[in-house]
Amino acid sequence: MPTNTLVSLVRKDLLIEWRQKHTLFGVLLYVGATVFVVYMMSGQPEAKIWNALFWLTQLFVAVNSVAKSFLQEHPNRFRYYFTLVKPTTFLLAKIIYSTTLLLAMSLVSLLLFNVLLGNPLEQIGLFVIITCVGSISLSVVFTFLSAIAARANQNAALMAILGFPLVTPVLMILSNLALKAISPVYQPGWWSLAAVLLLLDALVVVLGLILFPFLWQE
Amino acid sequence: MRQMWWKVLCVLMLAYTVVGGFLMPVPRLNIVNETIRNLYFHVPMWFAMILLFTGSFIYSIKYLHSGDLVHDIYSAEFTKTGILFSLLGMITGMEWAKFTWGEFWSNDPKQLGTAMSMLIYFAYLVLRNGLKDEEKRAKISAVYNIFAYALMIPLIWVLPRMVDSLHPGNGGNPGFNSYDLDSDMRKVFYPAVIGWFLLGLWMATLKIRVALLQHKDDNSFQFDTEKQ
Repeated sequence: MPTNTLVSLVRKDLLIEWRQKHTLFGVLLYVGATVFVVYMMSGQPEAKIWNALFWLTQLFVAVNSVAKSFLQEHPNRFRYYFTLVKPTTFLLAKIIYSTTLLLAMSLVSLLLFNVLLGNPLEQIGLFVIITCVGSISLSVVFTFLSAIAARANQNAALMAILGFPLVTPVLMILSNLALKAISPVYQPGWWSLAAVLLLLDALVVVLGLILFPFLWQE
Repeated sequence: MRQMWWKVLCVLMLAYTVVGGFLMPVPRLNIVNETIRNLYFHVPMWFAMILLFTGSFIYSIKYLHSGDLVHDIYSAEFTKTGILFSLLGMITGMEWAKFTWGEFWSNDPKQLGTAMSMLIYFAYLVLRNGLKDEEKRAKISAVYNIFAYALMIPLIWVLPRMVDSLHPGNGGNPGFNSYDLDSDMRKVFYPAVIGWFLLGLWMATLKIRVALLQHKDDNSFQFDTEKQ
């Protein structure tokens, strides 16, 4: 039963996304415009700057696309969900939904970066994998923060305020990991850094699942 | 007055730290020279900060467990005192860095980690001030506090150890433990840690008492005439 509710919750969110195409295309436009502005300002930068710009773009795309996961719901509707599902199921569904959304957006922005800002990538496969892991990490953190922001009077600005310091280390780890895919420099400790990132992701999910029920109660 | 003894201890320890810290012998080291005495002030600030944030973390868990607003007040005041100590630690650290590393800010991973944790706790204050409803504020800020602490503290401890740092004990620099922190320095350093931590605790308890009175005052349904 819980998996059924989980699937139907995710399906509901994705369906809403598909039917209200204006929000989906709004985010897509946001991604396109951001990459274009970056391109207009920097042209085709060297590899290290490319990497930094890419992850910065990811951060802003994450804030804007994941913010919708909780903030797009009307506050009163939470009470309705409250009667239907367990809070952990609800949070998991939101995490899956925002991860899917951000994965798509990240891949689009990676494509745009390659087209506009040039292609410094030595190992494209590895970079795509790191992008995927990165968007999972960012969306997990921001989904939970969006839940906090939704409870705090639907204040979207709060999400950025709370989120930026929290995800800075995640972004630092990600851009260091990604350097391996860009330049063939030998990086000692790459695997332990990757392990730290994965542990951090697991920790965020576990913490979210523990804490969300408290947030959920009125 | 039953809780008087640790305040006396705190004053004694700190008096000893200041007097002993400036007068007792220290090892003569290149570059560091006499600034090594800052060890008695800079490092204990960080210990006190971590302990105060830990206290705040524990009271946040207690709040979620009990729903008692008193625990929320404890948690908030511990955080505020912790932020004060993080500022003091940052200032003493930057001053020390100017004399030994040459710059106030030299992109050291530990400095970065600390700057990040300060930003996180500033965000906590913003979050608290943004919410008017007491119950809601308590609940949301407790949730954020637990989330931030559990994510941040491992990062502060783990990440700087994985990259090179200018701090002693990292990236080939000798740690104070190996030979610098000799028995003379230990005699001042350990009391200093205890003294500064007790001072932080004392400040926090005073702030908590004021906040509790305020809380009581706000929540008692008396007319103004009755209060007097």
